[in-house]
Amino acid sequence: MARLLLDRLTKRFGTHAAVHDVTLDVRDGELMCLLGPSGCGKTTTLRMIGGFVTPDAGDIQIDGTSIVTMPPERRPTAMVFQRYNLWPHMTVAQNVGFGLRLRRLAHAEIDRRVTQALELVGLPQADRKFPHQLSGGEQQRVAVARALVLQPKLLLLDEPFSNLDARLRVRMREEVKQLQRTVGITTVFVTHDQEEALTIADRIAVMHQGVLQQVDTPAALYAYPRTLFVADFIGTMNLIGARAHAAPAGTMLSAGPWHLPVAGTRWSEGSEVTVAVRPEDVVMAADGVELEVRRVVNLGHYLQAVLWCAEIGEIRMFTDKGAALGEGQRVAVRPARALAFHGSELVEIGGPMHPAVASSAERR
Amino acid sequence: MQAAWFLAVGGLRRALGIGALLALAGFILGPLATLLVWAFAGAWLFPHLVPEFSLKWWVYVLGNADVGKAIRMSVLSAPTATLLSALICIPAAYAFARLEFPGRRLLLLSFLSANAFPKIGLYVSIATLFYRLNLMDTFAGVVLIQLVNTLLFMIWIPTGTFRGININLEEAARDVGAGPLRTFFQITLPIAMPGLIVAALFAFIAAFDEAQGSLIVGTPNHITMPVLMYALVLSYPQPVGAVFSVLLSLPSVILLLVTQRYLRAGYLAAGYSL
Repeated sequence: MARLLLDRLTKRFGTHAAVHDVTLDVRDGELMCLLGPSGCGKTTTLRMIGGFVTPDAGDIQIDGTSIVTMPPERRPTAMVFQRYNLWPHMTVAQNVGFGLRLRRLAHAEIDRRVTQALELVGLPQADRKFPHQLSGGEQQRVAVARALVLQPKLLLLDEPFSNLDARLRVRMREEVKQLQRTVGITTVFVTHDQEEALTIADRIAVMHQGVLQQVDTPAALYAYPRTLFVADFIGTMNLIGARAHAAPAGTMLSAGPWHLPVAGTRWSEGSEVTVAVRPEDVVMAADGVELEVRRVVNLGHYLQAVLWCAEIGEIRMFTDKGAALGEGQRVAVRPARALAFHGSELVEIGGPMHPAVASSAERR
Repeated sequence: MQAAWFLAVGGLRRALGIGALLALAGFILGPLATLLVWAFAGAWLFPHLVPEFSLKWWVYVLGNADVGKAIRMSVLSAPTATLLSALICIPAAYAFARLEFPGRRLLLLSFLSANAFPKIGLYVSIATLFYRLNLMDTFAGVVLIQLVNTLLFMIWIPTGTFRGININLEEAARDVGAGPLRTFFQITLPIAMPGLIVAALFAFIAAFDEAQGSLIVGTPNHITMPVLMYALVLSYPQPVGAVFSVLLSLPSVILLLVTQRYLRAGYLAAGYSL
């Protein structure tokens, strides 16, 4: 049971800041995902927690005790690497028991704990095998067993399933989630796969260019992305360039063919705003704007339609698979919900939006 | 018809392949076979196609006091040089493999320099140094000269081997509580062992076969087998040279047979792709 605190952690490689001023609080028993595109600093952050990279500034604390000056062998953390996890010259049991042997435990105790750990990951009969006799998934499971057998305070996973095939990856992520719940260990999981992060994490920390963008639950991250990067990175998003205009009842955003009313006089006349709309928030409505259907893709339990709008390009829409949509057909749609980004300011726009056709009188 | 035609070509190809292989084998093994025949021949003169079998030259060679002394000298000096070389070079190779420091490549290439110049010049300048250090005609002097010849193998092959070991394997050991030294001895070294054995094999052969430098540094009292070979070839009947050649190649052949399961092209290639 442990709580991890990263306090203004910074790491520079040369002049480039790989991790910049990251402050993150991981709660006891929580599974925190560090998510971001490659090169965003998530792995560097994890390696700093594990002790393999020395931060240039900032502090790392476990349960209020700073571990930042300790070498990896003295930290109460256990890491599962992306690849090359197991020592090829040792059997599975020797791999798992190595850390216990270093701690000079009795043979019987080592055997008991190794057996227990291998049972935990579902490989009780693999103890005498060598790593090369195991499949990739089994090797990663042994790596998890080796990490857990030492009863660390913190489990660190560095894209542990990225080298497995898609189907196994999905199964392994379920298993790890289950295991983490059972053991109740505080876990930091690095991934570039947002689907993996959304399914496995209690909370997700999204990183971009070394900067922590947002820390939130998967649902909150999806519904209320706080930066444009998160909005674009998590899930699918239509981003539409818009302009603010003064209107009698506040501000009006003209986003392509739509006009979106926003309360208050937020933005100066003509300032540029980005409007973000989830594909499932693009809904068919009688009072919507008519757009041409370019492509319809059946994604199993729903349809993805790509609509064409002359002013803003392609608009993606997710809709019920029963919907009668044909390529070349015209449908009237409007955004049911949208987010408007202007600099660091974010405004949620709910409710129906008025198509440009309806407001043309107003414009005149 | 068509099938038979293909078969004929296939057969021809296979025959050509086997023929080429036999020619190559003959080219490589032929001189060695001749050597063996000479070593066990009493006399091999025209018009006899097959020589009479005899061990008399073996008795002659092994009974020679100089030969016994040279064998002792070689058997002691070459393993000593190899061992010393391993002790010095393996840690250095690990540093070359794992640490990035300015001049790393240049320093690595400098180990080639001992092989890049005419050796005799190098040995003469080493000899002047050895005179001053009182190393001429000593066991230590001969070992040092042999050591120079092993450096290239003992640096390059282990550097390649260590580079081929993923750093995650070492980090995983640190992670479960092993310090840097324990990680090196219990994780890195066992995984690197096949490559290190290959390096040691090449180093041993290089040390054992060294003649030029040992001749200059070791005469007159510290003569190794290859040095003695010069004298034997010049002043004794031909079979003596053959017998001695067989003796000289015995350690290499035995070591090759013992370590053959470690001998894979990969280790050499890894050593040279720095």
